[in-house]
Amino acid sequence: MSGFLVRRLATILPTLLFVTILVFGLQQLLPGDPAVALSGEDRDPSVIAYLHQKMHLDDPLPVRYGYWLRDLAHGDFGESIRIQQPVLGLILEKLPVTAQLASMAILIAIVIGVSAGIVSAVKKDSIWDYGANLFALWGLSTPNFWLGIMLILLVAVKLGWLPASGYVSPAEDLRANLAAMIMPAFVLGNSYAAVLMRHTRSAMLQVLNADYVRTARAKGLDERVVVLRHALRNALIPVITLGALSFGELLGGTVLTESVFTIPGFGKLIVDAVFNRDYAVVQGVVLFTATAYIVLNLLADLGYFLVNPRMRG
Amino acid sequence: MHLKSWVSRIGFALGVVVGLAASAHAQTLRIGLAEDPDVLDPTQARTFVGRIVFAAMCDKLVDIDENLKIVPQLATSWEWSADNKALTMKLRQGVTFQDGEPFNAEAVKFNIERHKTMQGSNRKAELALVTGVDVIDPSTVRLDLSAPFAPLLATLADRAGMMVSPKAAQAAGDKFGAQPVCSGPFKFAERVAQDRIVLEKYPGYWNKDAIHFDKVIYLPVVDNTVRLANLQSGQLDFIERLGTSDVQGVERDSRLKIAKIVGLGYQGIDFNVGKSDIAKTTVLRDPRVREAFSLSLDRDAIVQVAMDGQAVAGDQWVPPNSPFFAKNVPVPKRDVAKAKALLKEAGVTNPSFTLMTPTTNEAQKLGQVVQAMASEAGFNIKLQSTEFATSLNLADKGEFEAYILEWSGRADPDGNLYNFLACGAPINYTGYCQPEAEQLLKAQRTTLDAAERQQMFDKIAAREAADLPIVYLYNRYWLWAYNKKLTGVREVPDALLRVQGLKME
Repeated sequence: MSGFLVRRLATILPTLLFVTILVFGLQQLLPGDPAVALSGEDRDPSVIAYLHQKMHLDDPLPVRYGYWLRDLAHGDFGESIRIQQPVLGLILEKLPVTAQLASMAILIAIVIGVSAGIVSAVKKDSIWDYGANLFALWGLSTPNFWLGIMLILLVAVKLGWLPASGYVSPAEDLRANLAAMIMPAFVLGNSYAAVLMRHTRSAMLQVLNADYVRTARAKGLDERVVVLRHALRNALIPVITLGALSFGELLGGTVLTESVFTIPGFGKLIVDAVFNRDYAVVQGVVLFTATAYIVLNLLADLGYFLVNPRMRG
Repeated sequence: MHLKSWVSRIGFALGVVVGLAASAHAQTLRIGLAEDPDVLDPTQARTFVGRIVFAAMCDKLVDIDENLKIVPQLATSWEWSADNKALTMKLRQGVTFQDGEPFNAEAVKFNIERHKTMQGSNRKAELALVTGVDVIDPSTVRLDLSAPFAPLLATLADRAGMMVSPKAAQAAGDKFGAQPVCSGPFKFAERVAQDRIVLEKYPGYWNKDAIHFDKVIYLPVVDNTVRLANLQSGQLDFIERLGTSDVQGVERDSRLKIAKIVGLGYQGIDFNVGKSDIAKTTVLRDPRVREAFSLSLDRDAIVQVAMDGQAVAGDQWVPPNSPFFAKNVPVPKRDVAKAKALLKEAGVTNPSFTLMTPTTNEAQKLGQVVQAMASEAGFNIKLQSTEFATSLNLADKGEFEAYILEWSGRADPDGNLYNFLACGAPINYTGYCQPEAEQLLKAQRTTLDAAERQQMFDKIAAREAADLPIVYLYNRYWLWAYNKKLTGVREVPDALLRVQGLKME
């Protein structure tokens, strides 16, 4: 296992370096002069010239990439030109928000998705199975922004149970925080639950037909033990991979849901930054989320070892 | 327990939580913004939405009222010198900045100089003609100009006239926007990017009797529907930029009120008449073709379709209700026959061109309506939908034939006019440069007599209507919706909410 771990860890640094090149390079493909986009309505030539100088826009690309890498090595992610705040500060400010939203969403997705998947596999071709499939179809085919707005109109405006949008820090008021987060987390979790349900179902169906499960049944084990202890453990492998990838995706920010519910997370940060050509913010956030993604992938690999002893050899 | 009763219990508990939260914020005014403002430093600020926050935080030397009249704020009176090259202002006494520092003539001098010299200042061009500031006594200051400049007072009614604490500004340098200190009724407390800007009442405000809230919180909620939902559910007290299609619904809601303010800006279509080589080849190079295009459009119908009726049809850089509107050039009626005749005369019965359109809903709708209307006169318009920042760059380089562009507007008509039509001006995307217009554009800037200046605007309007570098279409309403209990809402055409006098009944 340690050899595997070392090999996996060794790939991280080159991957990250590749990511920096990609992030930096792709950004240059955005059309237009960022200084013009950032200079406001009046487009004062002196302001544009100042921004050129401040963002090193007149230097050759490799030089600018070098500046960025040098600053990164010093832990400096740069500064948002638009609101003049350090990018690292912005990331650290948004991270707990997005992390909470992602965690709640994935929790909802797992609770709903995995249990629905198990039920529909175990009760294959029953009304439960059809019900779960219908739910999955709904989850997959409902656009988040639509569901979000409908929920806001129903739960916040019509019933007045929850705030329509916005964010409250849990440190400030935990109940208000949960009240603000539960709707967006549900909207996000809903679509991931559908995917998880489909994967859990097919994995479970495969495993339930396996020899060792038949053996377990033949030994006279309780069906619940067979399903939850023996079958589910193996079936969970693809689900863990998917869960980790989904979580990584969620950590990268969920643009539409964050926009609809006005949750100040990564998604909103990066979209605003792209439209405003706030390069330092785009680069910082993408690099950060890419790193998170890589780390989560690594954790998923480690997860296999924990649930499946055969892979430890 | 039955599911139904669980649901109602949870709902009740959440309702209590939200209700408690609402009562605790009774003295807080919550305002929903359509965007997150940029940096909160009046010298560097660039966006319209930022000005809404400044209106509660930073007092200006002068203000404008509902009729675009210049009224006192930090300056109580002013006087032009005989040659109109110096403006002497008497300052309000006993005013302090939010850090307790005194506001006086020295502070004005510091601020004007900061606007003029700070790196990255967006106020440099606005104050270009101000050559110096003389402190005459602690409450009298004189601004010296290189030439008379009629728009100066209106400029001082915006960010260039906002006064920040010299001590705080010197200490913070170019980081001042993170912790701004002004002399307005509310002082900066906290900002979480894209989430909220919190201002707290400044107890030392000179006009504190007009302030009835302890806190103002600005919350950027980008989606129109969600912004309105927040107002309807009581989490917000006031929202700016209500969606045009939501107006009817709000009008029916007995708990809400609506304000429709004819804005200072305009929606137009810029033609490339001299910005690049495209101007020499495009079919639009012939003024008759541009006139035919203008005549093919039914501006009232455009307002109904593209703006749900929430705008006034216009044909100038100021709306028809503005005191600066040139009455000699009334809004033209649609005349397809005349448009066809003009095209025939120009020798192009089916002119085709590309119209660059930003990707906003409104601009897209507008593009489609224009395309359909003009086709009836024989035009074949190709729509090129382009993301906003990209479209600006293309416009800047002259890589377009026609471009849908909106301008938020300035209190003085010069701000809607000069930089768009003067030769080589920074936002003159059309590349228009015409000697007679140029001479008039310059002359109106140096003419302080209102009647004489209006005559020049009339002449410019006639010239512009003949040359048509820009076809103006309409002037939008700024739509506000707010809690009916909120009183004292003043509808000033710059669409910036004044917090003085606001009260929750």
